[in-house]
Amino acid sequence: MNGLAEASNAFIYASMAALTVAMVAFAIAFSGKRSAVPVVIPAGDVALVERPAPAPGRRASNIGMSVTWLATALLFIGVVLRGLWADRVPWGNMYEFSITSALGILLVFLIWSTRRDLRWLGLFVVITALLTLGLAVTVLYTEAAQLVPALKSYWLIIHVSAAIVCAGAFTVGAGTASLSLIRSRVESKNGGQVSGWLTNVPSTERLRTLTNRVLAFAFPLWTFAVIAGAIWAENAWGRYWGWDPKETWAFITWVLYAAYLHARSTAGWRGNVASWIAILGWISFLINYFGVNIFVNSLHSYAGV
Amino acid sequence: MVITAPPPLSTGGFLRWSWRQLTSMRTSLILLFALAVVSIPGSILPQRGTNPILVDEWIEEAPTWGPILDSLGFFDVYAAPWFAAVYLLLFISLIGCVIPRAGVHWAALRTQPPPAPRYLTRFPGTIEWADPRSESEVLAAAGEALKGWRIRAEDGALSAERGYLKETGNLIFHIALVGVLIGVALGGLFGWRGNVIVREGNGFSNTLTQFDAWGGGRLTGDMALAPFSFTLTDFRVEFSREEAQRGSPTLFQAEVSYQESPQAAPVREVVEVNYPLEADGAKVFLVGHGYAPHFIVRDASGAVLFDDSVPFLPQDGSFTSTGVLKVPDASPQLGFTALFLPTTAVDDIRGPHSTFPEADDPSVFLSAWKGDLGLDGGVPQSVYTLKTEGMEQIGLEALVPGQTWEFPEGSIEFTGFDRWASFQIAHDPGKEVTLITAILAMIGLILTLSVRRRRIWVKVEKLPDGRTLVQVAGIAREDGGHATPEIAYTARSLGAPAEVIPEEDE
Ligand code: HEM
Repeated sequence: MNGLAEASNAFIYASMAALTVAMVAFAIAFSGKRSAVPVVIPAGDVALVERPAPAPGRRASNIGMSVTWLATALLFIGVVLRGLWADRVPWGNMYEFSITSALGILLVFLIWSTRRDLRWLGLFVVITALLTLGLAVTVLYTEAAQLVPALKSYWLIIHVSAAIVCAGAFTVGAGTASLSLIRSRVESKNGGQVSGWLTNVPSTERLRTLTNRVLAFAFPLWTFAVIAGAIWAENAWGRYWGWDPKETWAFITWVLYAAYLHARSTAGWRGNVASWIAILGWISFLINYFGVNIFVNSLHSYAGV
Repeated sequence: MVITAPPPLSTGGFLRWSWRQLTSMRTSLILLFALAVVSIPGSILPQRGTNPILVDEWIEEAPTWGPILDSLGFFDVYAAPWFAAVYLLLFISLIGCVIPRAGVHWAALRTQPPPAPRYLTRFPGTIEWADPRSESEVLAAAGEALKGWRIRAEDGALSAERGYLKETGNLIFHIALVGVLIGVALGGLFGWRGNVIVREGNGFSNTLTQFDAWGGGRLTGDMALAPFSFTLTDFRVEFSREEAQRGSPTLFQAEVSYQESPQAAPVREVVEVNYPLEADGAKVFLVGHGYAPHFIVRDASGAVLFDDSVPFLPQDGSFTSTGVLKVPDASPQLGFTALFLPTTAVDDIRGPHSTFPEADDPSVFLSAWKGDLGLDGGVPQSVYTLKTEGMEQIGLEALVPGQTWEFPEGSIEFTGFDRWASFQIAHDPGKEVTLITAILAMIGLILTLSVRRRRIWVKVEKLPDGRTLVQVAGIAREDGGHATPEIAYTARSLGAPAEVIPEEDE
């Protein structure tokens, strides 16, 4: 281990600390109820209208957003330093793929948040990124420096970077899909009303639209990642498709998200069923990443644990 | 939920009903789901195509379930009839779905958008205001604002539509998927793939008999093979000695002397992982490597019965390798099973094994047998297994290079080792079709998922005070039917007062 690797680790730990702060801030924001509706207090003949003070949640979630930007910047530096240390792209093994994917999740979220208000999604995103990083630094950490020959290809850059952005978008999509399911369930129980932290979350229909937006972005990119992988496999192993477990699960993930897009245009399926399929697609992506790398003997398993 | 009528009883009616079911969106969704599900077992159970040895072991260890699963095709999932049934149904459904839609779309491209509905206010998001301009001026301005849209002008109204590329993209995508399937099928029918192990200094020529394993498409014969050949002149491999990644390969590289045809002059070529050799329509890939220890076997009188290197198969990352040596010319016949250890270690738990893939401290552990090798039965035998029933064990011995083990029937000398490289040689005539259609599919997908299909209507009506009532409404194919941004955009371009335009939450 030398200076660069140590510096990279330091930045990643710093990023995790910042994410923890952001998580607390988002959690406070979530627990605070947003009551923008004026409260009418009957007092004899006159009705007093009380405008509530700005909800504490707003300020906390603003802090959460700022700290998330900071954490993302720290993580970015950590990932870049790791790449400089290894002298190649920072996704040569599971540890590196994990830290870069966490960066992907945060970046998809933050870039999207510049175009619309996504503070309500912050808690989910930050927890997911934190879990990914936690797993990376504890279980998956390696100092592996060199790439095995099969990975020495510019296709590694193209194929894996597309997959990392997809990891981010699929994760954000699974978050909005889960929230829409929770909201829809609470609404159907309580006659269309929600209370507590759910009031901070957009309407069920809006959540579904947002899920659709992210996944409509991620699906063509995933298609591209799979095609790029196939071209690479053709170059490395002499066949573009061999039903290796990794390839099989990439295919399953692709088919599930195609099913999601179909469900979005099928009467009777476009609501909760579609959201469940979006979550299944994400699970299949995770199985491909963790399950296949760790448990299955696959041609792709050389990406050292 | 769509409620479907029960199937009619007449044959024609039943067929039409089945076809409608098959090409419904719900069926395609269920079939997509089914495709995901039937793909799973092949990623969990070992598969014949990639790992036949593991399949045999699996079946042996599960005497009840193994053969049942085997007969149901679970060890060759992606060639199983039930797997094919799912994707073929899906594609039939797809074709049945796409053809009528292509027709509808073709017609839609050549007709004007439908007329504006009578009452716009019942559409969500309708904007209206009173405008000082005349009706015709407003409509002219609307025509300007909606440039690039497909427009139908009527009396007092204008309907505009855009985003036809969405449907075009969708059709391109679905049709291109059929192309992908065709490309894959071409490869399966006319392609071939073979594997061969070549020891350093030895050659290979591209004929069926030279392959260790060969898989040809249904319509491929020996004729399809181009007459090239090559000799493995040098094989270089390096492994990391760094602590963190000890033993993982950092380089492997095969230098070959390649001849396109028996008459052609040999050319020096280097084959590496990711850098295959292009050989007359086929590609030669470097896929593996290992050790081939060299033995000399002599009979009791000292006459040489065998003098060659034998490829051993690596069993782990440190290249603990196993192999078999058969000497049918001896009497009695001799057979050896052996371990080759590039860096030798012996412990109680694992027994003899290798601790590093490089040949730092090589040795072989031999077990010698005499008797009948069973080669005359006519049943082809694997060169990597020794059938020891009917044989008697002579003994065990460990040797380092240069050592000889003498036993009553003769002797075996371990002289050293060569390396071998394994190559996969493949020809796939469908891969260009697959690649091009896959890229087309992706382009279609990007179009269909990014283009927004919108209809906008502008209506004008004379108000009693001489001004003009302008109404702008619209619908969308997606986003829950709301065309809010386009309505706002149109209203703004028409000079609507700011108050009537809702703030956008996009
Ligand atoms: C190989 C199988 C199939 C795959 C992978 C697939 C994939 C997709 C994808 C990714 C979309 C999203 C694009 C969009 O929303 O425009 C889509 C849309 C669509 N697919 Fe398929 N599809 C398949 C088969 C079928 C079949 C069999 C049908 C006919 C029932 C069909 C009908 C449609 C329709 C109508 C849409 C447009 C939905 C809309 O209007 O938004 N697809 N398909």
